[in-house]
Amino acid sequence: MQLNTENKLNKQQLSALEKHLLNDFQHDFPLLSRPYKKIADKLGTTEELVIETLKQLQERGYVSRVGAVFRANSIGASTLAAMSIPEEELDAVAEMINEYSEVNHNYQREHHYNLWFVLTASDEHTLNAILDDIEHRSGHCVMYLPMLEDFHIDLGFDLGFDLEHDSGY
Amino acid sequence: MDMKVKYRLPSLPQQAVLDDTDQALITLIQTGLPLSPTPYADIAKELQLNEEDVIQRIQKLNDDNVIKRFGVVVRHHELGYKANAMTVWNIPDDAVSELGACMGQFDFVTLCYRRPRRLPDWPYNLFTMIHGKDRDDVLANIELLAKRCNLDENEHKVLFSTRRFKQRGAIYR
Repeated sequence: MQLNTENKLNKQQLSALEKHLLNDFQHDFPLLSRPYKKIADKLGTTEELVIETLKQLQERGYVSRVGAVFRANSIGASTLAAMSIPEEELDAVAEMINEYSEVNHNYQREHHYNLWFVLTASDEHTLNAILDDIEHRSGHCVMYLPMLEDFHIDLGFDLGFDLEHDSGY
Repeated sequence: MDMKVKYRLPSLPQQAVLDDTDQALITLIQTGLPLSPTPYADIAKELQLNEEDVIQRIQKLNDDNVIKRFGVVVRHHELGYKANAMTVWNIPDDAVSELGACMGQFDFVTLCYRRPRRLPDWPYNLFTMIHGKDRDDVLANIELLAKRCNLDENEHKVLFSTRRFKQRGAIYR
């Protein structure tokens, strides 16, 4: 467990511009010809600096991408899946599951079902084939838990920065 | 214990109709917009469309709720939100829509899905992903959620993640 450490480290390392770019444009990103210019105008800076700062945030691992989060199952087929794997086999099974490009999340969790992953494929047939393959290769059952209903309105994640809105960069 | 329940595609609200151009556009934008002054024109060039057509198609995918959110996608863990717990709830079927809607509005809840029970082994039908700076922060958020949505009577389990083997955006291809 590596929790409870370094909780506050990042906030001090981020400039006001970085905080605004991380926090304020998680939804309703401008859909016009020069989106980064539009953001720059809002923040009182330049298009070049917005683009450069986003590139750096991405390189530092804070930004995954600027783009779309797709609704589960709106395109392709996906499911959450869980397995109960003996501790001594866990690393090997997790590694085997990671080999599939269709697996986009894979976590160990504190439960009798200790391995949880999300599979997304182009269609249901491919999805089933991979799940069968994982069961066959691991020798353990997979519990399939496809989404039935989505209650979440995704507006991004408030990072809780203390932002001074009129500060310069 | 019968875990061999075969996967069935859930019956979702009607799926949007996507043509080949939409599919190509999705393939191109799923890994992110170009960080260039004219990202939509750059995409248009690759798809042999014009810029306005790309913008309108993204707008339509947004309106049709194929795109849930369009913007900066941050990595929680790297930004100091190091703990996350998949918190699962056993909610009576006739209350799940109402309670799901209540839970889905909190910003520390980043996913809120109804999923099938797998009885007798797995009685939980509502799944929430709760983020926080550390374990205590996550647990405080769950307590707040239970209080605000009157969930005290409902059985739940908190599954903290202990290791992240893989995390990235889905690739639909």
